[in-house]
Amino acid sequence: MLELKNISYTVDDGKGIIKDLSLTIDDKKFIVITGPNGGGKSTLAKIIAGIVKPTSGSIILDGVDITDKNITERARMGISFAFQQPVRFKGVTVRDLINLASGKNLTTAAACDYLSEVGLCAKDYINREVNASLSGGELKRIEIATVMARKTKLSIFDEPEAGIDLWSFKNLINVFEKMHDEIQGSIIIISHQERILNIADEIMVIANGELINRGSRDEIFPTLLDDTENASAGCSVLRGVK
Amino acid sequence: MDMDDKVLESLLEEVAGLHEVPQGAYNIRLNGQSASRHSSANIEIVGKTDKPGIDIIIKPGTKNESVHIPAIVTQTDVHDLVYNDFYVGDDADIVIVAGCGIHNCGSQMSEHNGIHRFVLGKNSKVKYIEKHIGEGDGTGERIINPQTIIEAGENSYIEMETTQLKGVDSTVRITKASAEAGATVVVKEKILTHGKQYAETRFEIDLNGEGSSTNLVSRSVAKENSKQKFVSIINGNAKCMGHSECDSIIMDNGVVTALPEITANNVDASLIHEAAIGKIAGEQIIKLMTLGLTEAEAEAQIVNGFLK
Repeated sequence: MLELKNISYTVDDGKGIIKDLSLTIDDKKFIVITGPNGGGKSTLAKIIAGIVKPTSGSIILDGVDITDKNITERARMGISFAFQQPVRFKGVTVRDLINLASGKNLTTAAACDYLSEVGLCAKDYINREVNASLSGGELKRIEIATVMARKTKLSIFDEPEAGIDLWSFKNLINVFEKMHDEIQGSIIIISHQERILNIADEIMVIANGELINRGSRDEIFPTLLDDTENASAGCSVLRGVK
Repeated sequence: MDMDDKVLESLLEEVAGLHEVPQGAYNIRLNGQSASRHSSANIEIVGKTDKPGIDIIIKPGTKNESVHIPAIVTQTDVHDLVYNDFYVGDDADIVIVAGCGIHNCGSQMSEHNGIHRFVLGKNSKVKYIEKHIGEGDGTGERIINPQTIIEAGENSYIEMETTQLKGVDSTVRITKASAEAGATVVVKEKILTHGKQYAETRFEIDLNGEGSSTNLVSRSVAKENSKQKFVSIINGNAKCMGHSECDSIIMDNGVVTALPEITANNVDASLIHEAAIGKIAGEQIIKLMTLGLTEAEAEAQIVNGFLK
């Protein structure tokens, strides 16, 4: 179980990005965090992964206080993080990243399986460098594959749908569902997407640095929808949270 | 096997990938002397009479053969200067493996200055692989100054892979090439310097013939207090394509200078230079740390990948 207790994060000019936020994430839960842009969602995810250090408050993972643990220590304790904007590397190949993520040298077939899962033709990608020759969407899928390969008890995805086209969007949902079934860990996804919100056990709404609502999908989902606009536009982006 | 043999064997493997006596033609130079030599039916190696070094004569049409010419220095206070000239016949297609290893356990400076000249016949194709390493725990400096001079004949192609990843205290690496019509010169260089090392690379390429081209790619890492300088001069004297690229990672107090000089002497010359110098991006380290690597492991992974 992950617990955040009274987490605050204030930037240099005194502005509060996260304000005294507390929440718990139970084991094996599929959580979607949503809310308006600039509300603090990504910062919160980075605080959990250790990339951003909170100004105050504590983070407890399975009863252990990890507030002072660094990124590496948290990764080794079972926290994974998929970046909203994946990082490019000259010379590091897709295979290298997947091997590093899994912690061992996988067979080509095993490494390719992860790529196939995210909708990439594995043989075309496995030996490519993770550099500027890959499109944003390709990088995004590789980023998701690296988190899948880690098989950790807590996986955090920061807006995984950004840059993913509609065809692969359906597969993306399958990937998360399958991952949840197989690894039996908790998954936290930051998203605005209705279809991702739809598969959540629980939805949390973060706005202005605070947790303003949380509950089951059935409780929260209706409060986010603007029926008229979504029905007419067929738009999958929820009004009020974008 | 005595100690010297072990050192020699290990250096031969590092610089030339040799585990045993190579197939085909070879010349092994040890401490400034030719130690063993073998010519093949198509590749003749003969000692020069006017100065130290060898001529390597490759018959026209020779295909799928290789030449190994490693130079090894295992003693201190050796000052080796050698001239190796390759005459590659028309239509030949071969692999040449050179390289120099210095094992200096003593207190005197040891150096190897190899001057390699390639005269490429029409339509010939050469892959030239060159590695430089230094080792040994003595205080004597290890200095390697390779010069490569390429005369690329019509429609010939040469790809040179040159690598220096450790232990060389000082190096000035000069590569000069002239390309006739349709000829292509490709150089891929990888350099890592550390400690107080200095490495200077100087490319001077004249694209003289119509349709000639060059691609110079240098990737380097300068660690600790080491310094590097990269000079690339391309003269486009005809309708030609030239591209040079210097991509460097600096760490600690490393210093890298990139000096491109591209001159189009013909209105149809198309020349590009790119240079990028910077430290490892913080987000790259963070990403690898989220996969469970420590900061030092992440750095090593990024450097290894960059120089792979």
